[in-house]
Amino acid sequence: MKFDSPAGRNPIDRMKVVGQPVDRIDGKLKTTGTARYAYERQDAAPNAAYGYILGAAIAKGRIASLDVSQAQRAPGVLAVVTYQNAGRLGKAKAHTARLLAGPGVQHFDQAVAVVVAETFEQARDASKRIKVDYTRTKGAYDLAAAKASAVKPKIGPDNGGDLSDTAVGDFAGAFAKAAVKLDATYTTPDQCHAMMEPHATTAAWEDGKLTLWTSNQMIAWAVRDMSETLLIPKENIHVMSPYIGGGFGSKLWVRSDVLLAALGAKAAGRPVKVALTRPQAFNNTTHRPATIQRIRIGCDPTGAITAIGHESWSGNLAGGRPETAANQTRLLYAGANRMTSHRLATLDLPEANAMRAPGESTGLLALEIAMDELAEKLKMDPVELRILNDTQFDPERGPERPFSHRNLVGCLKTGAERFGWNKRNPTPGQVRDGRWQVGMGMAAAFRGNVTMKSAARVGINSKGVVTVATDMTDIGTGSYTVIAQTAAEMMGVPVDKVIVLLGDSSFPVSAGSGGQWGGNCATAGVYAACMKLRQQVAQKLGFNSDDAVFEDGKVTSGGRSILLGKAAGDAGLSAEDAIEFGDLAKTYAQSTFGAHFVEVGVDAATCEIRVRRMGGAFAAGRILNPKTARSQVIGAMTMGIGAALMEEAVIDQRAGYFVNHDMAEYHVPVHADIPHLDVFFMDEVDEKSSPMKAKGVGELGICGAGAAVANAVYNACGVRIRDYPLTLDKVLRSLPSA
Amino acid sequence: MKAFTYERAESPAAAAAAAAGAPGAKFIAGGTNLLDLMKLQIETPKHLIDVNHLGLDRISPTPDGGLRIGALVRNTDLAADKRVRKAYAVLSWALLSGASGQLRNRATTAGNLLQRTRCPYFYDTTQPCNKRQPGAGCAALVGFNRNLAILGTSEQCIATHPSDMAVAMRLLDAQVETVRPDGRARAIPIADFHRLPGTTPSVETALERGEFITGVTLPKPLGGVHVYRKVRDRASYAFALISVAAVIGPEGGRLAFGGLAHKPWRVESAEARIGEGAKASAAAVLAGARTTPQNAFKLQLVERTLGAVLEEAKA
Repeated sequence: MKFDSPAGRNPIDRMKVVGQPVDRIDGKLKTTGTARYAYERQDAAPNAAYGYILGAAIAKGRIASLDVSQAQRAPGVLAVVTYQNAGRLGKAKAHTARLLAGPGVQHFDQAVAVVVAETFEQARDASKRIKVDYTRTKGAYDLAAAKASAVKPKIGPDNGGDLSDTAVGDFAGAFAKAAVKLDATYTTPDQCHAMMEPHATTAAWEDGKLTLWTSNQMIAWAVRDMSETLLIPKENIHVMSPYIGGGFGSKLWVRSDVLLAALGAKAAGRPVKVALTRPQAFNNTTHRPATIQRIRIGCDPTGAITAIGHESWSGNLAGGRPETAANQTRLLYAGANRMTSHRLATLDLPEANAMRAPGESTGLLALEIAMDELAEKLKMDPVELRILNDTQFDPERGPERPFSHRNLVGCLKTGAERFGWNKRNPTPGQVRDGRWQVGMGMAAAFRGNVTMKSAARVGINSKGVVTVATDMTDIGTGSYTVIAQTAAEMMGVPVDKVIVLLGDSSFPVSAGSGGQWGGNCATAGVYAACMKLRQQVAQKLGFNSDDAVFEDGKVTSGGRSILLGKAAGDAGLSAEDAIEFGDLAKTYAQSTFGAHFVEVGVDAATCEIRVRRMGGAFAAGRILNPKTARSQVIGAMTMGIGAALMEEAVIDQRAGYFVNHDMAEYHVPVHADIPHLDVFFMDEVDEKSSPMKAKGVGELGICGAGAAVANAVYNACGVRIRDYPLTLDKVLRSLPSA
Repeated sequence: MKAFTYERAESPAAAAAAAAGAPGAKFIAGGTNLLDLMKLQIETPKHLIDVNHLGLDRISPTPDGGLRIGALVRNTDLAADKRVRKAYAVLSWALLSGASGQLRNRATTAGNLLQRTRCPYFYDTTQPCNKRQPGAGCAALVGFNRNLAILGTSEQCIATHPSDMAVAMRLLDAQVETVRPDGRARAIPIADFHRLPGTTPSVETALERGEFITGVTLPKPLGGVHVYRKVRDRASYAFALISVAAVIGPEGGRLAFGGLAHKPWRVESAEARIGEGAKASAAAVLAGARTTPQNAFKLQLVERTLGAVLEEAKA
């Protein structure tokens, strides 16, 4: 099904099932431990041996010598695979770093070997008996030091594009002439995904065909990238990933667990499972890169922006991509004169890549402090400043490219009212509650709405049970549930008459889970398949498919009403289709919006910062399931609080690796850090986004959340910190008495 | 994890004798720290002596009005004990500020005293650490040391002791009771129990080879107002940046500090200056501090936190 004009009225608009707060249909499996994750496939691969990965102990250089003999002789060891015996391997185009080192080492903890043994403990112990001598090469690990050497990267279609910079009007001239100016530089640190389930894979070979039970967000990419790495046809690779304990972008691409489970299984001649350890999740995989961001905003005395510029620097391994932290500044606020740019330095850290809302979540940490600083200069309420600078069209392209639907102003007003923003004292450091200095802050939320082709197959059996199969994944987001709701709505059956099968490369290729596109696109793909199936049913019954009504387990037309199961018959009926998006994303700017409001306390003595209250209003088209959507947003707000206050992967500048590589030292918020989070969804639909009229919502909540916290800290104690995370030592250093 | 042999000790003296007789032996109680370190091969005991079943899990009054805490009393039970909450509240608060509920359920009194540092380089076998591998060097001196020690450090080691409980025990002048392999018992004042790193950072306590902790005694209650203030980067489940334990009475008070050194830090002479205010007593506590650019904030943090603690005690 082509989707190239705005959706008209369709069966989803009935909202009998879609839009309802349906409990997760996979909830019971997960809460009872009966959902089998990738490392638990004893049912499918009962004879699996255990693989353990040895990572490189240096950040850059070469393996000078490698002696695996002691490991091979260790108790229980079945195989040891290194670059010396792995056979010829390719590097997938999607990968910047190779998944297996040798002889060159590109980053710390890059996999050097996998040891396969009868037990996990034997494999781990044997891995420590491998003797590796390295020749170290001096590397670059410090973004600030490498900033001057950063170059203009190729970004855009297939990464050969020219989307790194934009310019409209005369930014420099307008900024120079602006009545009120803000020019500040902000920094954000490297961050790690820290999802609950580490990367894990069980691999098995049979007759040259590889089966992978893994934890992966994008099944078709996993097949493609393993094909490019192992140099075998895609048809010979079967990937299954039905349950995933979180990904946040770290499982968009296959990691070393997948390759080394496959190589280990081949070498051992039996199935092998490999899970990365928590430290490996920090240095062996990918991370969100640090940025340096300079923001300049000029406005007239009323606060109307006349010039806005956002420059971002980040680093990556050679051949990698930048963090696109300036992207939202192209669309969020009005202003006739504008510029954005991205520059990329070469750093020898582990591969930098996507983490929840790449671009915006990092960029808004900077931009939304800048807006707060500008509001202060103007002596203007920060909510009012944002309302004044709202734009209903892409400000780089002009009125000919309007937003498909944009209600940022509604979010700002509703969020402010629900939070009690009018009680904020704009002068910092004025409110005290016992030991706490109390402050309020806010920020806008903004995240692009990406549309991607997505296919599904839907069938009905003689009992009227509807089965959906698609390679879409559920990374804890609720995909199972919204897909079941979509099929139930379309076919006129209750949710418990729908079976959803996900995460299998033998199913039709979906949009997958990433960039908050999965929910909207995958359900739209199911919608397309259901429309085709409805036509089949109607045709089989001799109904006019346009006026057949699917409701209450029956299909009704012209006074005739037939049970769906009966219509399907013993052979059943099945249809497959894909949603394919036309030019609507080009014609219209498509984005999601929100506004965060935060109250923090800053301890007057210790400068410890704690969030006391937080709430927000969000506009993301039709909310397919307010319960799972709310979970996504509060999870993302929590991650935003973490980004503001504690998350930082600390680099050892001599050894070139992330030092705090476990959950004791890399801090993410714990329950005690998070108060009740109030989430309000604006009542809206976006008929230009998809037939579902929904948009992405899984990443919107992190965007801007951290800046709202930072702005609240300033309001509480008068210390403006432009260097994330806002740890208490940074507050202490800036106190007037210091 | 290296393969190891295992035995269950029959008595404290037998445990000590067994440990002295078996090279590379370690006692195991709660295992909340040791097992993690074994998995990472930071600890590689050849033999484990399980001491969980020795009846050392009781808290009992002492003849001179104090309390004797068995070595195997779990942190949760100690924190919740009515006598502790009433007369040694600072100990209860300190315990509850540490780790998580699950860990406290398992962790023991003696194990808490013996827990190893959380210096990230100690935890990474690819990096040099004099504590883990004597003579290897110290990556922390110029590496990531934001939360490492500023007092009593050496050129070999700037690690901190991570315990909250031990800080309160230092404040309370607890005694660590032990039995040695020859069966003789002794009591080690907590002030002498933990050592500074000096040139041998791998030697962390005054315990002799095989010497086994049977319990900790607390002298009779001090009275006064008890405060334990732990300053940390998140609200729970984080090691202290610094912590202040205080007992303040009409006649003066006591102060002990965590997060500053290789051992709980107490400067008795600083306690005489409590009356002069936080600045004066903090200066006495911090005398001789050596900081790095990353951890220098602890100086200011100690003074400010101490100020808040003294205010709280007054109120």
